[in-house]
Amino acid sequence: MSRVAAIGAPLGAVLVTLVVSALLVRWAGAPVLASFGALLEGGFGSRFAVTETLTRATPLIFTGLAAAVAFRARFFNIGAEGQLYLGALAAVAVGGQLGGALDLPAPVLFLAMLIAAALAGSLWLSIAAVLRTRLAVDEVVTTLLTNFVVLLFVSWMLDGPMKDPAAMGWPQSVSLPAELELTKVIERTRLHSGFVLALFCALAMWAQSKFTAFGFEARAVGANAQAARFAGIRVDATVIKTALISGALAGLAGAVEVAGRTSYVTLDMSPGYGYAGIVVAMLAALHPLAVVPAAIFIAGMFVGADSMSRAVGVPTYIADVIVAVALLAVLVATQIVRYRVRWR
Amino acid sequence: MEPVLRLTGITKRFGALVANDAISLALGAGEVLALLGENGAGKSTLVSILFGHYVADEGTVEAFGKPLPAGDPAAALAAGIGMVHQHFTLADSLTVLENVMLGTEPLWRPRSRIAAARARLADISARFGLAVHANAPVGTLSVGEQQRVEILKALYRGARILILDEPTAVLTPQESERLFSTLQQFVAAGLAVIFISHKLDEVMAVADRVAVLRAGRLVADVARATTRKAELAQWMVGRALAPAPARSARPPGPVVLQLDDVHVSVAGRPPLRGAALAVASGEIVAIAGVAGNGQATLADLLFGLASPASGTVRLDGSVYAAHPRAVIGAGVARVPADRRGLGSVGELALWENAVIECVRTPRFARAGLLRRSEMRRFGRELVGRFDVRGPGLPDGPGLDAPASQLSGGNLQKLILGRALSIGRQGAGKARLIVADQPTWGLDVGAVAAIHARLITAREDGDAVLVISEDLDEIFALADRIAVINHGRFIETRAASDWTLAELGLAMAGRRAA
Repeated sequence: MSRVAAIGAPLGAVLVTLVVSALLVRWAGAPVLASFGALLEGGFGSRFAVTETLTRATPLIFTGLAAAVAFRARFFNIGAEGQLYLGALAAVAVGGQLGGALDLPAPVLFLAMLIAAALAGSLWLSIAAVLRTRLAVDEVVTTLLTNFVVLLFVSWMLDGPMKDPAAMGWPQSVSLPAELELTKVIERTRLHSGFVLALFCALAMWAQSKFTAFGFEARAVGANAQAARFAGIRVDATVIKTALISGALAGLAGAVEVAGRTSYVTLDMSPGYGYAGIVVAMLAALHPLAVVPAAIFIAGMFVGADSMSRAVGVPTYIADVIVAVALLAVLVATQIVRYRVRWR
Repeated sequence: MEPVLRLTGITKRFGALVANDAISLALGAGEVLALLGENGAGKSTLVSILFGHYVADEGTVEAFGKPLPAGDPAAALAAGIGMVHQHFTLADSLTVLENVMLGTEPLWRPRSRIAAARARLADISARFGLAVHANAPVGTLSVGEQQRVEILKALYRGARILILDEPTAVLTPQESERLFSTLQQFVAAGLAVIFISHKLDEVMAVADRVAVLRAGRLVADVARATTRKAELAQWMVGRALAPAPARSARPPGPVVLQLDDVHVSVAGRPPLRGAALAVASGEIVAIAGVAGNGQATLADLLFGLASPASGTVRLDGSVYAAHPRAVIGAGVARVPADRRGLGSVGELALWENAVIECVRTPRFARAGLLRRSEMRRFGRELVGRFDVRGPGLPDGPGLDAPASQLSGGNLQKLILGRALSIGRQGAGKARLIVADQPTWGLDVGAVAAIHARLITAREDGDAVLVISEDLDEIFALADRIAVINHGRFIETRAASDWTLAELGLAMAGRRAA
């Protein structure tokens, strides 16, 4: 039973996803095979498509890791979106504004920029972590709601202290100097070295979970906090450290987006990468390495849906539906494997 | 005599596991049949089939000569089968009478016939000497009284066959005695009783006939008068039990654990109120008491999960630590009552659970990096040394299996082994072992293994504190027995100076004159 289910359930999930989205495409009045063809072609079918998908996947890997690391320790950080914006803002503040005043060498400034972004995410999330460990305030509520606070804060900064005077009145921040921008991995595409950094972070998170004492403790706390405490693990400290790592990853997502793609902060720089990171993490079953393919899958669906919509006229919302159905199907499949559900 | 209940060829499989293998049994009117077997022998499955919770793969059940439809608890109730579960199914906020009436009346009847029900309940309780307060909320009753309500509930519904699932597990000796005499009244009145247990003494005390299950098979079906305890034990376990290790009669050494006027409160638990106790090197002190008199708080205190509000707790003369990590560091071996909730992390592998208490020690982690091969080696050695059994153990892939897959007994061996593997701090100092309900729900073989470990530790000069609700266990292990009542130790004597009756009285809060 178990081996069959372990292989069969994910395959079944893929099948369910295909069938449900095929029905929807059909309903939208487009030919199913041609639409799927256009979707795949647009997401993965050419050099351009692949680099676009990987560019889109880069922030998703960071936010996916942020969710995976936190969820594994049962700290439900729903606030990666806000931490991403704070990270982006901190990156521009250090790299663009402070850096212009201090005249530091570019590599030093670049490192300082990344550290500032990570710290911004970390410190912001640590508030929720301390509230949770000291006062038992539910972190789902605090992290979710403070996303909106962050967005208003960013909005204020972009219209005030950090506003780019040369932006013709648009609410956007000053730009990073060109020497701080991430190099392109492939010339004449948008794929930047932030993707490599994301891969490195995924590897680091996997190693951290598997080979360090802290990773072991975080897994124990996530699986059974009572038993972990009984066994002498400092549960509160583990949760706070986990939150610091999670927030840092989400903050880095913002810095990498700014340094790799936009070069300045706007209020619409993230189409919900923070929330999509949760989906990525769930699809990856919270495994840090599996976050990479999960992020690429989701990015490919969104990029592909754009060109499918141009080719056969199916609305781009189909990408959201496919991702949502895939998530539900995978979650159900996981439960079937885990609890060995059998029909009778 | 025509049997009131007849099981013919009952077989029930769960996947590859055969929980009941062609079991045929008959129960006569006026008979107490004890169903004896270890955990997992198939007792619960069998009565669940009887009561309609499960459907048997093969075989039939007949009650009073008529076949019982499978998988229909309502039909079982209608046929006169009543069940008293180990974990009561009572609504705490309702009164005794309301609990008894619950589910017996049609929902659409505008007014319930309370007066008639009250009269009927009074009649039944008078007939069998089951005195209860019909208007008392069930939540205010003692455990023994709640069990009486459960029995009344079954009788009220007209049960002629009463099934009791491990009824004495929650009772004091006096309450058990009382239950046994009630059962005698039932059978004298022509009822039939199935009594499920894994305790040999009470089976010998109460049963007319004993059916022994082992690994899903009926291995014996004998009259009580023609058998002996040793024979039953051998049927139940399938082999002769190893004798308990010898214990020397030497006097205990210096005091290791000392509690003076300790007050502790833990949210949601009965507190300790002025507890005083000493446990010395080379002795086993057992804490006896009715559940809910502060034992859980005492365990929390000694596990490092709670600290005293006042009073002093000392280990080898220094103040007892207030965090699990510090308590472990001081060399205290801890075995919690809740093996799966507190004692182990079910999702982690066996070897990870084996090292979890000392994962930050230099042996297993250097500069924050795990030494995984050393951890696995330790886990493998522990599994071998403490005879932890399971699929793929001791040498196969079982070491990587999640701990949740271990049976209760093997999990307990792992937890005890882990606790005992903690190094003593400094030469010549005795270690303290705190074990809360160490054999709760375990089968005879595992109980013997755990007891042997604790006695060996005593021989090695450790100070052992056992908290238990199982008086057989207390008498089997203890050098001294301390009785806990309302959060304090009301009397402590050498085990040989207690009789069962005196102990029962003390547990109920009455000091010996």
